[in-house]
Amino acid sequence: MVKGTPDTADGSRTGPSPASGARAAPRRPALARSLERWGAFARRRLRAGELGSLPVVVVLAIVWITFQSLDDSFLSPRNLSNLSVDIVGTGMIAVGIVFVLLLGELDLSVGSVSGLAAAVFAVLNVNNGVPEWLAVIVAVLAGTAAGAVQGYSFARTRVPAFVVTLAGLLTWNGLMLYVLGSSGTINLDANGLVAALTGYYFTQDAVAYAVAALAVALVFLVPYQDMRRRVAARMPHRSLRFVVARAAGLAVVAFAAAFVLNRFQGLPLALLIFLVVVAGLDTVLRRTRYGRQVYALGGGVEAARRASLGVTRVQTAVLAVSGTMAAIGGLFLASRITSVSQSSGTGVLLLNALAAAVIGGTSLFGGRGSTWSAVLGMLVIQSIASGMAITDTPAAVQFMITGGVLFAAVVIDALSRRSQEAYGRA
Amino acid sequence: MSAPPLLALHGVCKRYGAVEVLVDIDLEIRAGQVVALLGDNGAGKSTLVKVISGVAPADRGVIEWKGRQVHVRRPGDARELGIATVYQDLALCGNLDVVGNLFLGREIRRYGFLDEMEMERRTQRLLERLTRAVPELRAPVVSLSSGQRQTVAIARSLLGDPRLILLDEPTAALGLQQTTEVMDLVDELRDRGMGVLLISHNMGDVKALADRAAVLRLGRNNGFFDVNTASQEQIIASVTGATENAPRRHTHQEAAW
Ligand SMILES: Nc1ncnc2c1ncn2[C@@H]1O[C@H](COP(=O)(O)OP(=O)(O)OP(=O)(O)O)[C@@H](O)[C@H]1O
Ligand SMILES: [Mg+2]
Repeated sequence: MVKGTPDTADGSRTGPSPASGARAAPRRPALARSLERWGAFARRRLRAGELGSLPVVVVLAIVWITFQSLDDSFLSPRNLSNLSVDIVGTGMIAVGIVFVLLLGELDLSVGSVSGLAAAVFAVLNVNNGVPEWLAVIVAVLAGTAAGAVQGYSFARTRVPAFVVTLAGLLTWNGLMLYVLGSSGTINLDANGLVAALTGYYFTQDAVAYAVAALAVALVFLVPYQDMRRRVAARMPHRSLRFVVARAAGLAVVAFAAAFVLNRFQGLPLALLIFLVVVAGLDTVLRRTRYGRQVYALGGGVEAARRASLGVTRVQTAVLAVSGTMAAIGGLFLASRITSVSQSSGTGVLLLNALAAAVIGGTSLFGGRGSTWSAVLGMLVIQSIASGMAITDTPAAVQFMITGGVLFAAVVIDALSRRSQEAYGRA
Repeated sequence: MSAPPLLALHGVCKRYGAVEVLVDIDLEIRAGQVVALLGDNGAGKSTLVKVISGVAPADRGVIEWKGRQVHVRRPGDARELGIATVYQDLALCGNLDVVGNLFLGREIRRYGFLDEMEMERRTQRLLERLTRAVPELRAPVVSLSSGQRQTVAIARSLLGDPRLILLDEPTAALGLQQTTEVMDLVDELRDRGMGVLLISHNMGDVKALADRAAVLRLGRNNGFFDVNTASQEQIIASVTGATENAPRRHTHQEAAW
């Protein structure tokens, strides 16, 4: 599902008439043939420096197996369900960071923006009695505006975004403290809309299974329709077996997750929103003109400019997306603890969100990555945190392990970039 | 002189900081004509291409398109006029695949989403016309060889029916076979009534293909030649500076075309 580039490249494309080609080939066991095909696919991706999400999935498996062997409550429905809610706040922020990383830039302001949005919401709703829905909209738009201002300054001055957003980090944090004033900690309405964001669970089993079924159907039908269209046009296309295998793979994961979640309290609303947002923005990046422009800018600003792209417009929009996602993440984080304080959006939040995007496989060099890396990266980070908590390991060790994983992710990123370039020179 | 030239430059100047890279450049390209732009390294050929394509707009001077004065301030302006460019550095996005690069900035959509299939189909058709060794369409462009990348850049310039095509050393990285293919293509474009500005250091190609040659030296015009009548020695002498032509005379020669 996670892909390094916005294209549909993979090793399983067959010629215009796959059926006749396959029939002409000498009969071999289907398993051997598909293994061979997967081997060639993996080798090609490896050589082209396109590991995609493979390393992070391996890391996640190692983390889960390790903690499960240390304490068998780690993979319990209760812990996994909590994990799936805990990743959402920071994960939303990480999704915004993916957009910025795709440009080859960094946004250091997301932590402060998330805190600012939470403060705006709390002050409007709790202190001033503004209706919750309106306060949510204003808070999210505040994040959009903060991001757009930074994006426009970055695009016009051509100062690297990390510098502009470093200024933003201080400014928005100051603004948050100003907005909070002397309030200190503001407790949110425990029965309100924002509290429900992370507090609501679909307790009927059917909901989780229906969502899983819908996801599988989409992941099968969209490529299947594309395949049919390509067959009709006598174009190279994916084999039916690949399309089915991918949907089946997702089905296993999705229904297993639904089963586990139903054994605790059901599908968490927060997780559902998170997955819908990630899938939606992934579609925007890979299937729309705007997304293509984001990737193009990551591949080379000058090349994009010469292709008459509106560079300023796209750069501003990307930072605005990042600010918006930070604000949404901030509301989820506030919802989780049903309060907003002067420490909202500070501390390791920014670092965790950044680390999640990179661990998940989005390149620091721009132009390669996917919103799904925010999900995978957050799963790794939050699994380590949760495992450490369960096994009573001190926070110091947790930081060192997360740091090690991040370092490994950065090295893999750099190596795959190098091998891609070396491959290109050949 | 019947129809006005496709593109005419008069007194175009361009400076980078304190350096005057182009001084009082005149140039004319007619439809159905291949004009070779010659000059030593650093003569300002690529800069002139960027002036025409809107990447580095002129500081002074007049650009006329089909006899009408136009302002080319941005790459989009040139594209709208029907000017396509193959840059010396190709200006491709390495992370995008061949199809993505070809259609960058003019993607085909279906129900609001990118129509990958249609774009891939047209890419395939275009590349097949261009070369017999079509590269893998879904590979990111960084993973192609330099020659394949150059082919992609040339294919991109042909998309969207340009009237004038600027080729900045289009065959520099190409093998013998591909060079022949590109040269045949230039011939074909001329026959279809397009204007071509061809930058090349290969005098053989220039002699074989071009109708006219314009020489730049140190950022100034240094002579215009009818390739069919001028000798190769004359042209080379002008490139290397053995013959320094006075700037005044260019305009006369230009007018005599
Ligand atoms: N962006 C720039 N900033 C400053 N000077 C530049 C810039 N681009 C080009 N120049 C200068 O302009 C002059 C002409 O460069 P240009 O690239 O046009 O030469 P050229 O004729 O294309 O040479 P070549 O045959 O090597 O491609 C050079 O002296 C170069 O140093
Ligand atoms: Mg040049």
